[in-house]
Amino acid sequence: MTTTVRLEVFRYRPEEDAEPLYQNYEVPFRKDWVILDALNYIKDNVDGTLSYRWSCRMGVCGSCGMMVNGKPVLTCATFLEKFLPGPIRVEPLANFPVVRDLVIEMNDFMRKLQIIKPWIIREQEKPLAEGEYLQTPAQLAEYKQYSMCINCMICYAACPVYGLEPTFIGPAAIALAQRYNLDSRDQGKTERHRVLSQEEGIWACTLVEECSAVCPKDVDPAGAIQRYKVTGATEWWKSILMPWSNR
Amino acid sequence: MEETVNRNPLYTKYHPKWYRARIPIFWWVHKVPHIRFIARELTSVAVALYACILLFQISAVADGPEAYLRFLAWLKTPFSVLLHAVAFLFVLFHSITWFNLAPKALVVSLGNKPVPPAAIVALNYAAWVILSLGISWILLK
Repeated sequence: MTTTVRLEVFRYRPEEDAEPLYQNYEVPFRKDWVILDALNYIKDNVDGTLSYRWSCRMGVCGSCGMMVNGKPVLTCATFLEKFLPGPIRVEPLANFPVVRDLVIEMNDFMRKLQIIKPWIIREQEKPLAEGEYLQTPAQLAEYKQYSMCINCMICYAACPVYGLEPTFIGPAAIALAQRYNLDSRDQGKTERHRVLSQEEGIWACTLVEECSAVCPKDVDPAGAIQRYKVTGATEWWKSILMPWSNR
Repeated sequence: MEETVNRNPLYTKYHPKWYRARIPIFWWVHKVPHIRFIARELTSVAVALYACILLFQISAVADGPEAYLRFLAWLKTPFSVLLHAVAFLFVLFHSITWFNLAPKALVVSLGNKPVPPAAIVALNYAAWVILSLGISWILLK
């Protein structure tokens, strides 16, 4: 029976280290512990200087994404037991700059999230007196899968295109653009099209499909991007064959 | 906020000393899905090769019967036969992997029900078989 398990944790302290290093910690093994529990144990009992992000510890907030044995996962949803007998290597999400230890810098993603306008755009809002915008279950089903995204950036850590070409808008942002494009209440397709149809938008994607393979919420960003490629190509043909249409 | 992608995401104002891992040239050799992806991308070279051979063939036809016979003789050389055999295997891999990915891009609904992905793959294969039979009928009749 295993009583402890070793964690090899990526440490980077910019004010002390020029290069990152790995620090080993022995933590008690418990069947019901996830990686995040082990990190919290280290922080509380062994080494208070370890830095990492977490919040809800129930797979909703999207804060605790890290690389565990080379794979990007939500550490609150990944059990220690899976990696026995260890050691377990914990690193910050790949493809992002590291601020400190397991904390990455996410401004680039936040910017990309904003430029795809992830909200319902109306050409003209109808007056409140006319009531709410109604939607059928079938219309909801059109986009529901993409609305499950929690912005955990695990897909960015898995995407080799984003690693090599950081200008790529990336899987989650494009999936979220599709979440609004496919919403029957939205009228912002044209505005989003300008961003998505750039080279850094959908066309940078080479369909490695790892984003969909690692997504903890089964959003399938790769599918969203490929679907938009069809839309993008159709819109391009329309603009050539029918230049009078409003694109 | 401007509506463009940040041209240099590696630059952010007033940032502290961040650590950026370098991506090695052979980043793709460690994971099977990455190897499969690179293999699929590389097989497109074989597709381009086929296209080039077709262009050479058209050019030989344009140059007259003698040039065309020379081209046919080259096609029969062991080098050419080997090249075609290898290219054929690569193109086959290329086509099959892309056909299998087709349902990712094509989400079709019939009435209110979505068409199952397997049906979309099957339709692609069916189109492939029908076109191949059509072309062989024209060439061999």
